Amino acid sequence: MSMENLLDQPFVHWMSSGAQDGDIVLASRIRLARNLEGIPFPQRANGEQLSQVVSQLKSSLCDLNSNEQSDYMFIDLEKLPLLERLVLVEKHIISPDHAREASNRAILVKQDTTVSIMVNEEDHLRIQCLMPGLNLVKAFTSANQVDDIIENKHALAFNEELGYLTSCPTNLGTGLRASVMVHLPALVLTGQINRIVNAVIQLGLTVRGLYGEGTEAVGNIFQISNQLTLGFTEQEIIDNLYSVVKQVVDHERTARGGLYADTTDMLVDRVWRAYGTLKYARSISGQEALALLSDVRMGYELGIINEGSHCNFNELMVITRPNFLQKMSDCPELSGNERKKLRAQIIREKLTNKD
Amino acid sequence: MLCDECKSRTACMHIIKIVNNQKTEKNLCAECAKAAGEISLSFDTQSYVHDFLKGIFNHGLFVDPQMLRGQESCSECGMTYTDFNRKGKVGCSACYTVFGGQFEPLLKRIHGSSSHTGKIPKRNGGTLKIRQQIKKIRQQLEQYVINEEYEKAVLLRDEIKNLEKEIGLNGKGE
Repeated sequence: MSMENLLDQPFVHWMSSGAQDGDIVLASRIRLARNLEGIPFPQRANGEQLSQVVSQLKSSLCDLNSNEQSDYMFIDLEKLPLLERLVLVEKHIISPDHAREASNRAILVKQDTTVSIMVNEEDHLRIQCLMPGLNLVKAFTSANQVDDIIENKHALAFNEELGYLTSCPTNLGTGLRASVMVHLPALVLTGQINRIVNAVIQLGLTVRGLYGEGTEAVGNIFQISNQLTLGFTEQEIIDNLYSVVKQVVDHERTARGGLYADTTDMLVDRVWRAYGTLKYARSISGQEALALLSDVRMGYELGIINEGSHCNFNELMVITRPNFLQKMSDCPELSGNERKKLRAQIIREKLTNKD
Repeated sequence: MLCDECKSRTACMHIIKIVNNQKTEKNLCAECAKAAGEISLSFDTQSYVHDFLKGIFNHGLFVDPQMLRGQESCSECGMTYTDFNRKGKVGCSACYTVFGGQFEPLLKRIHGSSSHTGKIPKRNGGTLKIRQQIKKIRQQLEQYVINEEYEKAVLLRDEIKNLEKEIGLNGKGE
């Protein structure tokens, strides 16, 4: 994928359909926090030291390309306008923090976009691997391989007792944050979501709405991730998250089945109304688009609706985000109303055209 | 229901905040929630964590005021403990040595543990890996002794001896 494609094409690998538990799990992410030895962490380092980190990591490009048998792109964030950086945030390639501050910051992105390495975010290195569906082991294997290649060339900050040393003590030890994005419309509709969220939290995991705080997740999309990084092996952290997510997936499937069996007419009507609005609306807000896409996605997975099934709903969720819309438009700055009109137009085109 | 902030758009989220035992509730639209920092479009939860980390020590039941006054600074990056308390972030890897004693209770609070059992960088040598292995085998050995399974315990004791010898032979012992 070229730089232009990365910014202009909405589709990236994690949106692929047909992955394990892809009807409920949108994507799995592994993130490893690492720092180079002997250089202060980014928030305390001066410009020269930050620049040294960037050039050291840039020198790993050849190793990454030869070991990974893939081309990595090096992107200097200073050279990207804010809008383009925010598009990368919406596609989950970089974090909001990394987009906000561009000076002496960079990313290395693997050709297939499964791996991105943020340089000088909160830590010198944030190795991130995103995979479609419930794919934590594959994502970890991939991120771990990149970690091995980098540590082969650079000394990393590590302490026998505390493990990998990080800027924030909450990442110490393994430096591993494993997360999954899950779509839970039936648990929300049947009012079971709070019970599930509380149970998940009791098991040492964190739950957040992807597009909002607390359990009022817009588009019924939640992220579940590990809270603890020290005192457990990577395997234990991933196993725990995997087994809990598997249970959440089972509960969501049961809730969908029950909902369909008990309130068939209501659910069918809800799904078709959502589809109708998306297909014909002339102006639509981001919040409404996500809520309706959530209903249609569930209807599609339950076999209620087949129209529009050629669309990739994960991709549509990204296309309708504000910064991506701005990037696609020819206007220098879209107003709120113009953005709503463009969003509605893109959704109509996507649902109508079988490209 | 209209948004409590702008009074023009429809509220789409209900936010409850409890700060210093003061509970406030708001109904906000997406734009106002975003402006107030209530909406995030990220996979990261760090920014919220930092707010809690800042001054987490100031609210413990058994805080040693001496420790909070400490103005010792890290020789590598110049960070003081007060800096850490203000930002919730550590300056460099040397800080973990300089402020080790002060960090330990905090790490226990966050992680419930302050001992790494995960991946070890290869360049830190096999010695560390072997030491971790010895630690695990010792725990197992103690279990066998408690259960009076002495034959198994003897086998593990020999295994520990061999591993210790290996470290000694590498010349990279303790």
